[in-house]
Amino acid sequence: MIEIKGLTKQYGKKPVVEDVSVTIEPGMITSFIGPNGAGKSTLLSMVSRLLDADTGEVLLDKNDVKKWKSTEFAKRVSILRQANYINVRLTVRELVAFGRYPYSKGRLTAEDNRFIDQAIEYMNLKDMEDKFLDELSGGQKQRAFIAMVIAQDTDYILLDEPLNNLDMKHSVQIMKILRKLVDELGRTVVIVLHDINFASVYSDRIVALKDGKLVKNGPTNEIINSVALREIYDMDIPIQEQDGCRICVYFNSHTTS
Amino acid sequence: MKLWILVIATIILSFISLFIGAIDIKISDLLDWSSDETQIFLISRVPRLMAIILAGAGMSIAGLIMQALSRNKFVSPTTAGTLDATKLGILISMLFITNVTYTQQVIFSFAFALVGTLVFMQLLDRIKFKDAIFVPLIGIMYGNILSSITTFFAYEADLIQNISAWLMGSFTLIISGRYELLYVSIPAVILAYIYANKFTVAGMGEEFAKNLGLSYKVVLNIGLILVAIISTTVVLTVGVIPFLGLIVPNIVSIYLGDNLRKTIPYTMLLGVVFLLICDIIGRIIIHPYEIPVNVTVAVIGSAIFLIMLFRGRAYAK
Repeated sequence: MIEIKGLTKQYGKKPVVEDVSVTIEPGMITSFIGPNGAGKSTLLSMVSRLLDADTGEVLLDKNDVKKWKSTEFAKRVSILRQANYINVRLTVRELVAFGRYPYSKGRLTAEDNRFIDQAIEYMNLKDMEDKFLDELSGGQKQRAFIAMVIAQDTDYILLDEPLNNLDMKHSVQIMKILRKLVDELGRTVVIVLHDINFASVYSDRIVALKDGKLVKNGPTNEIINSVALREIYDMDIPIQEQDGCRICVYFNSHTTS
Repeated sequence: MKLWILVIATIILSFISLFIGAIDIKISDLLDWSSDETQIFLISRVPRLMAIILAGAGMSIAGLIMQALSRNKFVSPTTAGTLDATKLGILISMLFITNVTYTQQVIFSFAFALVGTLVFMQLLDRIKFKDAIFVPLIGIMYGNILSSITTFFAYEADLIQNISAWLMGSFTLIISGRYELLYVSIPAVILAYIYANKFTVAGMGEEFAKNLGLSYKVVLNIGLILVAIISTTVVLTVGVIPFLGLIVPNIVSIYLGDNLRKTIPYTMLLGVVFLLICDIIGRIIIHPYEIPVNVTVAVIGSAIFLIMLFRGRAYAK
């Protein structure tokens, strides 16, 4: 279990994340949502140790994440950020193989290769495993990076806006895969999302931030309603039900500030 | 690209390199252990070949490491101030220590190469505009500043001629007893191979490395130390060889990608082959005289570099 306790991060005098406490429930998709500059990515960075918090702590299995050995931590928690900006020329298989780095340090065992094969199979990348990443489309690339994270075999998978720069089809593909990871493989996914409707349709729980503060935290159906959304986004957002999914129709909303 | 082709090319070119020069040496001469030809062979030709092989392999690997760690295809010892810092180190050692020993020179130039490269990497960290071509331009300017400082103080102290000897990469003066420092680059290259996976991971960025549990800063520093060791040994024995660390790793990367564990053997051998060809050309054109190798490397290398710049912009991003 990951527990976030009173996390605060300041840049200069400006607090970016202020006294946020959240518990990440295992075996679920938790989405971090909120307006620009709400501190979602900063919070995710602190959870994954990419960034040090000023005050507060993040506990993984009751132990402060800062006290974990880096390789042990890398076997429990993985984070994927801005994968599309990586310009290293690796083949898909080479990239996925690096997911085993915390276990093998690059000397792959038979077990490592089994994990790599499974991850490639799972992400439907078999026919392009020997292609270089720069020969792939944005969606394929994103799938390759997720395959790497699957091979890393962590309980927790943290993703920072994985749908950035992806078209509709590929966005849906990625979200379906994340759903499968949780439902079939029992992983825990924490994801920063910009699109409220992807959060509504695919996540189990939603954590809403605004100006660095936690404003809402609960099961998805408690957050996706006009009252709660006004508090988060300063907008009156009508909700429509479609096949049991709540869709926020915000395109024509009145904005209050 | 096949590894065995590079191996065969290296062997053939090495053989040619051993048997061209001002004095004609035949294989039959070598049977007589005490002949002048055998002496020349052992004192001059073999050391020269070893120096070419070590410098070619070393400089290419140094370039490869720098490109991985800086995440820029056009960063190399030539375009990041490393070689200029090394020269400055040599000058400082001559200025401040009377009767400077060889060991002191080695230590000084190593320290300067390391600090000089570190400063450039810090610079790279701070600038926002990380264009593939803008970054090496900054590196070249930075190198030129270091170089001007060197020239200024060398002029003041009447050491200009001494310094330009370091500036000119040449195998002409390599004889046994004057190149052995280059063997220090062998463990450096072996270490680079052992660290290959770590360099590849670090090359995907600090966050990426941290995600995989790699101590990024440690790997970065080890890489820079290896680069400084290799650059120092080459500059002190052979002199500055431009472009080698730039073009060789890039050619290999185009065909085989950036997985260092896979590319290091190819990069090493291609560097050796390229340098052997350049040296042989330099020895043939105005036979029995020689053109220093840095001239032939610069002419051929800058042409390849320009082609890479024009055609490879998309690739380098």
